[in-house]
Amino acid sequence: MRKSNFFLIGLAICTILLLLMFVHAFFKREAEAKFIQEKSEMVRMLGLTDLCLFTEASYTRHLSQADLHTPFQDSPMSFEHFPSGSIAAPPPSLRKINGKMD
Amino acid sequence: MGKWIERQRNIIDFTLSSLLRKKGKNISLLCVYTLVVLMLASVMFFVHSIKKEASMILKDAPEMVVQRMIAGRHELIPLAYMDKIKNIRGVQSVNKRLWGYYYDPVVGANYTLMVPDHSDVPAGNIMIGRGISRVRLAFPGDTLEFRSHDGKIITLEVKKTLSPESELVSSDLVLISEDDFNRLFGRNRDSVTDLTLHVKNPRELSTIALKISEILPDTRIILRDEILRTYDAVFNWRGGMMIVILLGALLAFIIFACDKASGLSQEERKEIGILKAIGWETSDVILMKFWEGMIVSLSSFLLGILLAYAHVFFTSSMLFEPVLKGWAVLYPQFKVVPFVDASQVVSLFFLTVVPYTVATIIPSWRAATVDPDSVMR
Repeated sequence: MRKSNFFLIGLAICTILLLLMFVHAFFKREAEAKFIQEKSEMVRMLGLTDLCLFTEASYTRHLSQADLHTPFQDSPMSFEHFPSGSIAAPPPSLRKINGKMD
Repeated sequence: MGKWIERQRNIIDFTLSSLLRKKGKNISLLCVYTLVVLMLASVMFFVHSIKKEASMILKDAPEMVVQRMIAGRHELIPLAYMDKIKNIRGVQSVNKRLWGYYYDPVVGANYTLMVPDHSDVPAGNIMIGRGISRVRLAFPGDTLEFRSHDGKIITLEVKKTLSPESELVSSDLVLISEDDFNRLFGRNRDSVTDLTLHVKNPRELSTIALKISEILPDTRIILRDEILRTYDAVFNWRGGMMIVILLGALLAFIIFACDKASGLSQEERKEIGILKAIGWETSDVILMKFWEGMIVSLSSFLLGILLAYAHVFFTSSMLFEPVLKGWAVLYPQFKVVPFVDASQVVSLFFLTVVPYTVATIIPSWRAATVDPDSVMR
């Protein structure tokens, strides 16, 4: 088989996969729509203001409710978790979880 | 048309043979190129999708939150403020919110405790988010102990765990009854954490906010628009931060690609000279170099995009996880919904494929226009 055939077949496969990627994204969005609605409903019912993404400190947990004074207030020795926490992984010893509960 | 296609195929055949002669160098270039596209596309997919999802979820967040500030800190707001706000024309309803944080020393995590407005949590019971259930191994019927403000232990039974699909908003939530909240924190019953309000006409929001700040100068007002903007800014920032980190890798790649593409080696110049001597036109040489650039960049681009999609949407952004988790012990397990559109792919194409292909053609064009005899010497 000619070398160009290998290349063109590979290109065609990747292009089809790229198109399938959009198809997958479309169906996934459709399937997830009800869960997004569920989350939105929970936000409305409970009056939530923030996503639960960064739970390390109060001011990163509720980003929209934080103010300029909140960093360093959790305790006198507390590090500023944000933004340093985003680029430097904390030492494993600090994230040690105690033994399992049962 | 058939002749044109055949010509292109012949040139691709020749180009591939030429690339395979320097197998090691070209395969390593392909790998680095794919990796760069993978990282850039991953950041783009992740940031765009999470921003879109955040805006959809938080579109029903309270229109306005009113908090009391004392000496620069958030304080409980007196219930008497509710009546003052209700009397402002245009305000439809004012609701109280009771919420706070509880640090659990057992797992070293902060929970968000909240009293639901339309309470279906009986006293002595709680509903917990999946994140808490996971780290505390607590399920419906189990009990959790909390240490109250006066040092007493309060035992509460888990009535229900919140749905796993809602983890993005509820992973660290503990829904608790008002009585238990009061027992736990020793709250003064005349005050609540903050107030939320609905207005009749959303266009009056800023006017009402202004009125509240005039009547109650010790309050701060957070509008829904500001909440949404916060998330936009955070993900822009985080996305930007990741781009900064990737910039080092990107610059190294640019130097590598420029060296490979623009600086033609003596061997390559000689090859072009021979091709011209045996009858190739300048346009044929340029076409060959065009296909050389396209084969490398298009293959890397397609592979990089596909791998990035799999990385972000099938493995929950495995490579970014340590950065996103930060210091958090309690982290929601969620898969980002793929909000991917053609414009993202097109902009990545113009960022990656076009510059490389152009960088390959220009030096070859220069070499192809000189006399073959002088190039071969």
